[in-house]
Amino acid sequence: MSATLKLENQDIETVSSSGIDLSEKTRSASFYQQDSHTKLYKSLHEGVDILSTEEALAKYPEAKDYFGKNFRLLNRDFPQDTDGGYFIRVKKGKTVEFPIQACLFLKAQGFKQRVHNLIIIEEGARVYLITGCSASQSADEGFHLGISEFFLKKNAYLNFTMIHSWKKDVTVKPISIAHLEDNAVFVSNYVCLRPVKEIIMYPTAVLEGNKAKAVFNSLILSHPDSLEDVGSRVILRGFDTQAEINARAVSLGGKVIARGHIKAENQNVKGHLECRGLVLSQKGHIHAIPEMETDFRDVDLSHEAAIGKISQDEIEYLCARGFTKEQAQSIIIRGFMDVNILGLPDLLKKEIEKIEDASLKGGL
Amino acid sequence: MLKVENLTIEIGGKDIIQDINLEIKKGEVVILFGPNGCGKTTLLKTIMGFSGYRIKSGNIIFKDKPLNNLPIEERVKLGIGIMYQHPPKIRGVKLQQLAQYLTKDEKEISELTQKLTLEEHLKRDVNVDFSGGEMKRSELFQVLLQDPELLLLDEPESGVDIENIGVMGGALNEYLKQEGKSALIITHTGYILDYINAKRGCVLLDGKFWCVGDPKEMFGAIRKSGYDKCKECICPQH
Repeated sequence: MSATLKLENQDIETVSSSGIDLSEKTRSASFYQQDSHTKLYKSLHEGVDILSTEEALAKYPEAKDYFGKNFRLLNRDFPQDTDGGYFIRVKKGKTVEFPIQACLFLKAQGFKQRVHNLIIIEEGARVYLITGCSASQSADEGFHLGISEFFLKKNAYLNFTMIHSWKKDVTVKPISIAHLEDNAVFVSNYVCLRPVKEIIMYPTAVLEGNKAKAVFNSLILSHPDSLEDVGSRVILRGFDTQAEINARAVSLGGKVIARGHIKAENQNVKGHLECRGLVLSQKGHIHAIPEMETDFRDVDLSHEAAIGKISQDEIEYLCARGFTKEQAQSIIIRGFMDVNILGLPDLLKKEIEKIEDASLKGGL
Repeated sequence: MLKVENLTIEIGGKDIIQDINLEIKKGEVVILFGPNGCGKTTLLKTIMGFSGYRIKSGNIIFKDKPLNNLPIEERVKLGIGIMYQHPPKIRGVKLQQLAQYLTKDEKEISELTQKLTLEEHLKRDVNVDFSGGEMKRSELFQVLLQDPELLLLDEPESGVDIENIGVMGGALNEYLKQEGKSALIITHTGYILDYINAKRGCVLLDGKFWCVGDPKEMFGAIRKSGYDKCKECICPQH
């Protein structure tokens, strides 16, 4: 294990494009795994434990209880053949100002990366976690399976932002389940702006505690020959719990399936699902599948979906302010993929805006 | 400055404006009256060059340049600006971003923001969750920052409360008092006439101009007798 991370030049840009600050200056803790090797983990904050899952399982007896716990809760199986992943624990009552970062990188040709991550936010702790997943130019036909289990104790706050920056022959399958206790807030952001062969994911949040809240946001730019089948599910199990699912997808020729499912398992719960899609190419395809479910009367569940091309009205409105048609389109797309919806602090917001600008420039 | 010559406009195969003529001189403000559906908005949008409005015959000339085939943004460059009646929402784009594109003068932005009480709106997405009155103020804000020579205003005061009509009317009047600024303004309520110095009004009925005269007098007569009487009045067609 080295104290600092040394990457080949060609990989630096790729890793940075997934939101990783290689200087670590603006991060409170870092984890870096390449293929199945943990290359670095380091915490600069007394309130943050960060290490590989394997080492955590050996070091902390309680880690074993967490491993697979959320799957057992939902009676779901999970792949056992994982190798690596990170264990992050933020201690009770700690507010961590700078984000924690974790990088999962594919390097070897045809490598199949399978990780199992455990994220524990103890009572009253608050933190931003950014996970960047990317693939080196050499990682042809790569595969990434990422299991993540989140445990948010009472009054905990976690803003988890996952940025995917793959390449067009990589297949990706994240599987996530979050468990929330009373008053916990989980904001899960998913950003995927570069080509990929196929991504299939349907993360779930179980809001067990009363007054817990989960928000899932996604920004997807789908390139030709990519398939992004991306959903979010929230189970409102506690009293007075809340869910928001907000998906924005732009197809440049790829196929996007935007799923969403909110299930009310208690009274006095609230959920809203919103999906907006723009299809910019004849070959593009967007399929929005919002689902809502309740056995109770006293719930407030709603959804809104709008997909299609950019409205001519909006383009002409901006032209009437002096923009050319091309400028107007790019302003509208940029606004549509609004990073503000992710609820991030300024620093992270600006970083992601930069990544988005570069991707949109390349894509359009 | 603006000349409309024998203009016939068609929407979806139907003639909405039929063979009209109109001239607006430099520094002149012209008021356009007419019942709903008579073609007022169609005329403004055609001058601006929006899609869906086909010029079947005739010409629109601005500063001696024919506009008929120019894209919208080229007309803007020549000095035409429009204030929308029903502007679309532009999600994720802040009013401030548009303002900073329209002028580099931050002081001007800040002064006009205060004048039109839009301080809170600068950081919001353009027209998203704006009330009717807020939209009008934001529209006037943008078009004044654009600094056009010819202003096209489509019902600037509709849906605006009395106090804000005063605020908007004041800002508009100040703008139009500048050298060489012209306007073509649609109004139903006539409130805007109390704030600006307009010498000519026209009534548009069934796609044709029927009457030309002093806008305040015309508005009084229309309020009293309705648009049908305009046809009987038989002022010489403009």
